[in-house]
Amino acid sequence: MNAEAAVFYAFGAITVLSAAVVVLARSLIYSAFALLFTFFGVAGLYVLLGADFLAATQLLIYVGGILVLLLFGVMLTHKLYDLDLRSEVTQFLAGIIVASGLFVIVIFVAVRTQWATGPGRPPSVTTAEVGRLFMGQYLLPFEAASILLLVALMGAAMIVRRRRDA
Amino acid sequence: MITLQHYLIVSAALFSLGMLGILTRRNAVNVLMGVELVLNSANLNLVAFSRFGSGNLQGQLFAVFVIVIAAAEVAVALAIVLTLYRLRRTSNLDAADILRG
Repeated sequence: MNAEAAVFYAFGAITVLSAAVVVLARSLIYSAFALLFTFFGVAGLYVLLGADFLAATQLLIYVGGILVLLLFGVMLTHKLYDLDLRSEVTQFLAGIIVASGLFVIVIFVAVRTQWATGPGRPPSVTTAEVGRLFMGQYLLPFEAASILLLVALMGAAMIVRRRRDA
Repeated sequence: MITLQHYLIVSAALFSLGMLGILTRRNAVNVLMGVELVLNSANLNLVAFSRFGSGNLQGQLFAVFVIVIAAAEVAVALAIVLTLYRLRRTSNLDAADILRG
């Protein structure tokens, strides 16, 4: 087993096992902290795939932004002193059946399909190239994404604002 | 030798676990965590195809857009969860039946 395989299996195991903890943990706080390790594992896989810019983005936005937001969501919707941080689980058997069925189907497709793999891209520094593509060929989607982000954040601020007359 | 299929299998596991979380959890924040797992699995697929495909960067660019959408989605969804909590004192999704006629 060479080094690449060892690193892949390590990060893959971290990702999948902590994702299982996210889904199966009784406490919301445990789920949130397991999600941290899932995001780290995925970032490691990005590095292994030669996507260094994306790995940094993953850590900055997912770990630094989305995870903190989710933790705020946990804190603001539960009374911490009650320690009532349990999350109800319903239809567990049906959920297991559907999820494992999906897993089998997706694995079947992933393994049996003849993917049109090309020459591939050897790992290299991608940041400059990504920036050039965003400012050139993909300028319109880039600007549209910025507008979307602005509108969504303004909408979120509007939704949570307490109304005077309420 | 790590091939495309290895990454697709990890991504499939991540997707199924996220799906399980969405289906079985009743707490809104926990369902959001499941959605994040599903989005991460999609991103992993995009980057893997970008690496093993024809060798261009478009998969990675698309993944950046997915991350942007995920950030917007989480912000709006948490705003809705907080409003629901303010109205019903719970973040259980079964309590979100205000719009039911």
